[in-house]
Amino acid sequence: MLKYIARRVLLMIPTLFLVSVISFVIIQLPPGDYLTSVVAAMATTGDIMTQDRLDTLKAEYGLDQPVYVQYGKWMWNIVSRGHFGWSWHWNRPVTEMIADRLAITVILSLVTMVFTWVVALPIGVYSATHQYSKLDYLFTSISFVGLATPGFLLALVLIWISVAYFSQNVAGLFSPEFVDAPWSMARIVDMLKHIWVPVVILGTSGTAGLIRTMRGNLLDELHKPYVTTARAKGLEERRLLWKYPVRVAVNPFVSTIGWSLAGLFSGSTIVAVVLGLPTVGPLLLTALLAQDMYMAGSILFIISFLTVIGTLISDILLAWVDPRIRLEGER
Amino acid sequence: MANPAPQPPTPSQSAQQAEGQAAAGEEKIHTASQWQLMWWKFRRHRMAIAGGIFIAIMYFVAALCEFLAPYPLDKRFAKFNAAPPQPIRFVDAEGRFHLRPFVYALREYSDPVTWRLTYQDDTTKMAPIYLFVRRDGYKFWGRWAGNLHLFGVKGEQETLFLLGTDNLGRDLYSRILYGARISLSIGLVGVLISLAIGAVLGGISGYYGGITDTILQRTIELLRSIPTIPLWMALSAALPPGLPPQQTYFGITVILSIIGWTGLARVTRGKVLALREEDFVMAARIGGTSELRIIVRHLLPSFLSHLIVTVTLSIPGMILGETSLSFLGLGLRPPVTSWGVLLQDAQNIVAIAHTPWKLLPALFVIATVFAFNFLGDGLRDAADPYAR
Repeated sequence: MLKYIARRVLLMIPTLFLVSVISFVIIQLPPGDYLTSVVAAMATTGDIMTQDRLDTLKAEYGLDQPVYVQYGKWMWNIVSRGHFGWSWHWNRPVTEMIADRLAITVILSLVTMVFTWVVALPIGVYSATHQYSKLDYLFTSISFVGLATPGFLLALVLIWISVAYFSQNVAGLFSPEFVDAPWSMARIVDMLKHIWVPVVILGTSGTAGLIRTMRGNLLDELHKPYVTTARAKGLEERRLLWKYPVRVAVNPFVSTIGWSLAGLFSGSTIVAVVLGLPTVGPLLLTALLAQDMYMAGSILFIISFLTVIGTLISDILLAWVDPRIRLEGER
Repeated sequence: MANPAPQPPTPSQSAQQAEGQAAAGEEKIHTASQWQLMWWKFRRHRMAIAGGIFIAIMYFVAALCEFLAPYPLDKRFAKFNAAPPQPIRFVDAEGRFHLRPFVYALREYSDPVTWRLTYQDDTTKMAPIYLFVRRDGYKFWGRWAGNLHLFGVKGEQETLFLLGTDNLGRDLYSRILYGARISLSIGLVGVLISLAIGAVLGGISGYYGGITDTILQRTIELLRSIPTIPLWMALSAALPPGLPPQQTYFGITVILSIIGWTGLARVTRGKVLALREEDFVMAARIGGTSELRIIVRHLLPSFLSHLIVTVTLSIPGMILGETSLSFLGLGLRPPVTSWGVLLQDAQNIVAIAHTPWKLLPALFVIATVFAFNFLGDGLRDAADPYAR
């Protein structure tokens, strides 16, 4: 097992390196850089920047160096000091800007994931064991709608319903008095009161997908000979179900943690913009629009990093749950 | 099975006939081509048929939107900014029935409490709706001039806003029909680009294996480990804002395909990997068939059906991607009008609360995605007609 984990961790390093390069290159893609937009903004107000001043600023921002040197410096600062660079748009260090929001993004994603599991597992098992029952049809139709509706459209519709019928505002993650407050017990409680709306919105499509997977897998397993054998031995139906076929059918749950984490980060970006959530999503949007290079690159890199870690965890969990995979690694 | 088992002679004539028919049915199944079998299997999937019909209608609408929409894309009614939908009526305020449908004209009205300007029905002014109305000229497909509309009101002062108007007083129904052209075609074009890249790279990867395969698989894994929407956002932010509309459209399609091809490549690779070990491929190779001919003549037909399924199921992802990007302001920009661009108007709570009809483009997006999912599901069941 340890060997398996060690090999997976080693394999992860080149992936992380390439992801960081891709993040950096993509951020470099737009023609011009942050200074160009600063110069353009100054020109509209009648200011003209002299070539001298421009060169000084370029040197200051490190923009006069070749791209690989810029990348090297950026990476070195991250690895050695945990500094993700300077946000020009906000005029503050990137790390300072995103730390809080990153924590909220991760909490939101994890809570959503737990929600997805808690809802999808029992429904999937029920749908499979009661195939073609009324409730199965109901769950199946709901999950089809859930799969077809992307989070941000669901969020828009929910906002409309809550405003039009309940005269309430579901947007945001904190009550007004807690928005800028430092972390405290009261703030956490306040967040938990608001978090269910984004969790349901973000979790819908994932839950729908997992219900479909769980139902399909369990249906395949239920007709296998070992189930008949166990039943013939006189094993109680409920124990039989949870001890054997469900354990096998649950594999994709575990193996898709990495992907679903990526999906959650991806979906939450735009849902957060709609609902005004204090996650990294809206920050990424502003950074991209303002060509705030280090900010956008760091966010892209960090969420990809988290996704890669998520995939690693899901692989390890899979090996733990499924002895077949674990043993293959040792052979 | 077709082989007749020894059976006692049946006394009833009708039973014999039924048996004969069943045998004929089986005969038909044995001689049917693969595509015929698929069609028979697909036909049984009612929701898939319904989805397919809906999609066909939507593409038909997208193709003929100039004629089907009552107004051109940019026709403005300066007096009717953010006007609510006008319901089509047959019965007037006095309870009289009219054979010709009509709408009541809108009258400006300010809310006595909030002072907000809205519109209400002016029951003294009726605007009858006619079929094949000639008004407001357009250029069909940007080429042929025309002024015929499927339906509409005749008077220049009369309005017909089936789904309300936007902040500039443009008819939302017409704009949604025009938006369908962009939104639906971007899904199709995007998937074609993805298919071209995915099928070629996936095919090479599966057919030749070895180091090529490893490199391609790693590349796909790498691309997939970056969350999709942030990656799309970053890439489309790289498109210069001053680009002409056609180039932005093309740029966005390419960006959507950057992720899209990976799924198609995986399916192709998996199928080719399995198929190249088959006996008929070996036979062809021993027979001296060229590699290209093996791929095109023997492998391609075998996994074409699976490819079609994957293509159908990836179109909704493309449509949603474009909608998301345009909604965020990173995708298509006005004057290009897609459903995502239309949804930009519904971004804040005030707009949603006071003018909820601006959310209607979302309904079209969801319905289209829904239909594609059902169609793809039915196709997937039918793609392997020999299963069960």
